[in-house]
Amino acid sequence: MTHPVTVGIEIHQQLDTCKLFCSCRSQLVEEEGSQFRRRLRPTQSEMGEIDRAALAQAERRMHFTYQAPKGVSCLVEADEEPPHDADAEAMQTVLTVSTMLKASIMDEVHFMRKIVIDGSNTSGFQRTALVAVDGTVDINGKNIGILSVCLEEDAARKVETKDREVTYRLDRLGIPLIEIATAPDMHDPEDVKEVAQRLGSILRSTRKVKRGLGTIREDINISIPGGARVEIKGAQDLGLIPTYIRNEMERQSSLIEIKRMLNERGAKPVTVAARDISDLLKSSKSKVIVSALSKGGKVFCAPLPLFAGTMRSADLRLRLGAEMAQHARSRGVAGIFHSDELPAYGITADEVQMIRKELALGDMDAFALCADQADRAKPALLAALARANQALVGVPEETRDPLPDGTSVYSRPLPGAGRMYPETDVRPIIIEPERLMTIASNLPELPEARTTRLVREYGINEQQSRQLVREGYDDIFEEVAKDKGMAAVAARTFLSTYPELQKEGADLDGLTGTTVKEAFSALLSGKFAKEALPSVLRELAKGSSVEGAVSSLGLAAIDQGEAERIVDAMIHERADFVNEKGMGSVGPLMGVAMKELRGKIDGKEAADLLKRRIEAFLKA
Amino acid sequence: MSYSERARQLLASSQAREGDTVRLKVRGKEHEGILMPHHEFSHPDVIVIKLKSGYNMGLKVDEGSELTLESRAQERTKKAKDAVNGNDLPTVSFLGTGGTIASYVDYRTGAVHPALKAEELVATVPELSEICRMRSHVVFSIFSENMTPQNWQTLASAVADELNDGAEGVIVPHGTDTLGFTSAALSFMLGDVPRSVLLVGAQRSSDRPSSDSYINLLSSARFCVNANAAEVFALMHGESSDSYVHIHRGTKVRKMHTSRRDAFQSVNCAPVARLGMQGELEILSECKPKSRTKVVPDTRMEKDVALLYFYPGMSTEIVKKVMEDHKGLIMAGTGLGHVSRDMVHVLKDVISEGKPVVMTSQCLGGRVNLNVYDTGRDLLSAGVIPGEDMLPETALIKLMWVLGRTQDMPEVEKEMLTDRRAEISRRRDL
Repeated sequence: MTHPVTVGIEIHQQLDTCKLFCSCRSQLVEEEGSQFRRRLRPTQSEMGEIDRAALAQAERRMHFTYQAPKGVSCLVEADEEPPHDADAEAMQTVLTVSTMLKASIMDEVHFMRKIVIDGSNTSGFQRTALVAVDGTVDINGKNIGILSVCLEEDAARKVETKDREVTYRLDRLGIPLIEIATAPDMHDPEDVKEVAQRLGSILRSTRKVKRGLGTIREDINISIPGGARVEIKGAQDLGLIPTYIRNEMERQSSLIEIKRMLNERGAKPVTVAARDISDLLKSSKSKVIVSALSKGGKVFCAPLPLFAGTMRSADLRLRLGAEMAQHARSRGVAGIFHSDELPAYGITADEVQMIRKELALGDMDAFALCADQADRAKPALLAALARANQALVGVPEETRDPLPDGTSVYSRPLPGAGRMYPETDVRPIIIEPERLMTIASNLPELPEARTTRLVREYGINEQQSRQLVREGYDDIFEEVAKDKGMAAVAARTFLSTYPELQKEGADLDGLTGTTVKEAFSALLSGKFAKEALPSVLRELAKGSSVEGAVSSLGLAAIDQGEAERIVDAMIHERADFVNEKGMGSVGPLMGVAMKELRGKIDGKEAADLLKRRIEAFLKA
Repeated sequence: MSYSERARQLLASSQAREGDTVRLKVRGKEHEGILMPHHEFSHPDVIVIKLKSGYNMGLKVDEGSELTLESRAQERTKKAKDAVNGNDLPTVSFLGTGGTIASYVDYRTGAVHPALKAEELVATVPELSEICRMRSHVVFSIFSENMTPQNWQTLASAVADELNDGAEGVIVPHGTDTLGFTSAALSFMLGDVPRSVLLVGAQRSSDRPSSDSYINLLSSARFCVNANAAEVFALMHGESSDSYVHIHRGTKVRKMHTSRRDAFQSVNCAPVARLGMQGELEILSECKPKSRTKVVPDTRMEKDVALLYFYPGMSTEIVKKVMEDHKGLIMAGTGLGHVSRDMVHVLKDVISEGKPVVMTSQCLGGRVNLNVYDTGRDLLSAGVIPGEDMLPETALIKLMWVLGRTQDMPEVEKEMLTDRRAEISRRRDL
């Protein structure tokens, strides 16, 4: 059976231990620390060949600046000292996770150097070790294979890209990561999300993983029949996984369509050469052209015979132009123009005609142009042309960066296989069978077991419990629901308030464990009423303290006397209405009362009070 | 650790060699990959194979394990690139000593091979051929910690031959551990050189993209060609950043850090020059200009000279024992150049047997002065030669070289106190 799509994922989870190869804290910081600058250079392999991905990065000729904040980076991160032994706690955690995934663990773990020369690793390689293979994870009765579990170091954090200089901060470099790769066993975008969630709960159950945005990242490998393996690298929002997959399916099928069209037309590979048409466009009013020429730049152009309509079709389905532009951008330009989108961007119909005439183009022919500094515009246009030629073959294998809107952009070719060699500075680690037996008999609570226990211990329903565990709120839930009376509020908070706040655009990262715990303990001690909890959390997400939130929301809880005075005043203001409706006025007045009392006293208490005071009023 | 008998037999019976593709069956599971070399710290029963994914996997073999040879490693034919050399460029000689300052990585097996021939150097650092014509010659191939005075002699003769043959400069890629010793030895043995001799190393091996070797090598060639300087120098990174290199005097340079790129520093003087990444040259202290004279090396050395590091409570027996079969002694004393009172007496005895003792300081920075304290004065009275601001290692090499030419005590003392190769500076700015 042919599946409409085949997907495998790699999940990268940061561990909450020391760094993998030194004793630095694993923590991201605001300080920049001292700086140093380096260049990386692709190394020559035995065969005199340099890896294609390494080459693509080298072509950008980037220089790197590194920020080395104190406490979270040392000589090891600066590539000025050899790595220390691998962190024992991190190794123990990855062995635990491997066991939970029923994977078979290496007898001896060997660290490797994986060449990466985008500057994100000061050494020019990432240290990584294969720890286990051949595991499984089950979702919805489906058995998804786990190909490998690796322990590796996280890369440095990119903080700025300016012109040709990239700045990285070393705080993230060396944080241990567990990498779990599934087999390409998934064919439904929603299943993929569930597998990711499931792996997330298993990882969290070790209690040794970091929480929060950026601490877990997914690489999604997607292919459709007739397409090719494309890797969307570093997706952070699990909720978007199905969208990334659907968009990639669409992108690949449109590329297959473009290939069919081009082949039908008998299109041939275009000549990868750029023609200088700066003179032709010297009086153009287009901002991009004017800006490039005024800075001494050039406009380069190239014909694309028989490509008309594939760069951007009228229905916007075919968008080879966008693909070409992404390749051009990876060479440092802002973009390219192509004939399917012109006249536009200040380039007039006359100018388009001039170019077509200059290049002697027919109706079915297209062209692309790029304006910038000559040493940038030319390689960029050539890269775009090379991408156009790949369209004749079909879908190119590549790595893409995920965007927050669920689409992705070209980042680089898929890395080749031969980019690893042994990390001779780190000793191999022998994994004794006795150690594995101890781990197996002390496994952390599995997600199912935890679901059942939460139902039993806290009296929440099973669906709530499953959702808490799946979305990773189980730990914090247990902490704030220590007082069992809080269980229902806590479950409601994490399962409905949080999604609502997120929808409103609140930054849930601001709601760290400590602040949330503070909010619940304030609630428990009667500082405000449970109705006010969502508003309090909204303030906390903006960065305010619990006290600050309570006072700015005017929530300071009031005593019975004060509440009575407020209610009585309200009844007196509406004396006619109350006299007319009698006890029937309780309902309509409840809303008015709550406007005054919300968050200051409990809702049920407010209703009782109102009823009592109306009774008293009517009696009087 | 090497392989256990079981692993060895399994390998022997399969006839598999490192680099071959094998199939290894362990506890019912089969794995295919390339057979890798045994790691020194691996378990004796562990066989390491490299999977298609590139990862290495260590598998412990037992009685039931099977190893079969799938296919032999393919002989790789190296594309020999020509050392493209512009005819009008000056010739620079590269003399290999065994450091892997330039190397190839075999990603299949992880093996790192040094680039020793000129054409291999061009392949790893192609930019070299835009600076100079290259001539290369492997003098020996050893780890720098295994160097001996004999190696220095061989190297000095080889360098002299290259210079006398008209080379515009000689570059000696060298392991960093003892680079400072070799640069001092060459400084004394070669005497006045007509063009520069540069020892160059790398603190990060050249198989890494972050290696400092490429910039250091390139800068060496630039310095040889563009700087009007003719001495023995060491060239290494000037700071942690890839921003500039420092050129140090061969007698004044010392490795001051185990691992940093800027480990090498000039002690008791400023570096001779600084060279930026694009070749911007800044001369920081005067040096001898180039000439067309010939080198007349004097490589005679007395190898039986010891260097001892004094510490509180150090047994005098150590010195007595050592001096039974050594002909000269360098002491690295404390502070201004001191040792314990007992030790002063022993040193006096050593000197009275006609064996010179030179005092240097373990402070490294600064000059010894034996006039300030009683102990110092006693040392002077005992006949100890104050080593001025020489590095202990430089003093060692110098005494070897001096004793190679004379045993006459007053002559030795005079020589040790005379500045020959900028090893002694007379004044030092604040």
